[in-house]
Amino acid sequence: MELFVFVCSSIMVLVGALGVIFRKHPVHAALSLVLTLFGVAVQFVSQSAEFLAAVQVIVYAGAIVILFLFVIMLLGVDRAEDLQIEPLTGQRWIAGVVGLGMVGLLTAAVVSGSDALRLRGAGIADPVTGENADANIQQLANSIFSDYVFAFEITSVLLVVAVVGTVLLARRRTGKGMA
Amino acid sequence: MFGLVVVPTPTWYLVLSAVLFSIGAVGVLVRRNPLVMFMCIELMLNAVNLTFVTVGRAMSDIDGQAIVFFVMVVAAAEVVVGLGIIVSIMRRRSGVNVDDLSELKG
Repeated sequence: MELFVFVCSSIMVLVGALGVIFRKHPVHAALSLVLTLFGVAVQFVSQSAEFLAAVQVIVYAGAIVILFLFVIMLLGVDRAEDLQIEPLTGQRWIAGVVGLGMVGLLTAAVVSGSDALRLRGAGIADPVTGENADANIQQLANSIFSDYVFAFEITSVLLVVAVVGTVLLARRRTGKGMA
Repeated sequence: MFGLVVVPTPTWYLVLSAVLFSIGAVGVLVRRNPLVMFMCIELMLNAVNLTFVTVGRAMSDIDGQAIVFFVMVVAAAEVVVGLGIIVSIMRRRSGVNVDDLSELKG
């Protein structure tokens, strides 16, 4: 069963990712990105990371992709670009070679390092087989709010800075001729 | 149902995320639309998130999922700031092509 889920979600992930880089239309690329994000969310569920799967759907597929679509519509760039023109001669070809080399190197690293994956922590609660249905959320909350509580507080500062900075960046300066 | 039940090992997930990361990297190299380049960066971030969750499960440690939580927050902030920069650049110029922005002249 996990094999079936893995194969289906891998197909979703790869088709979506290839769609992002090959579709001419930016809106189509954004929708392909949604497919990839849902595939990754399915893989999170099958690896007993249920809370992260929910956050993935809400934050990534819900908020970030909508933000992309907003900006595409706001800038009025929702038209297909011509992918036949190659800005730098031979750059795509070299990029393909670099990509294949990166796949090869990362795969070799993963396969040769797979012995290093041995049990280390206290165990991850599985809500499917365990009796507590909220085990994953409780365990994650225990980790974030005890071990990483300082990083969590810093995160709130980061979000405030990002919001204020974006408001300053995207503000229309009226009265200076910028319109 | 099947004679031989094959269960995907962590290596399968890691190889998938390696492929996903490489697709994102090639997209950043090839595409010239800054919005699509941003989407490719999101692909790479998702590949890294998948790696974290997989390794966390293989090591039976919840810290992998905690780190993914923080990566998601940082990714959201990064997208907001990046899109703000793109909007404020594109308001002054027409056309979306990062090659036109190679000079830092206003």
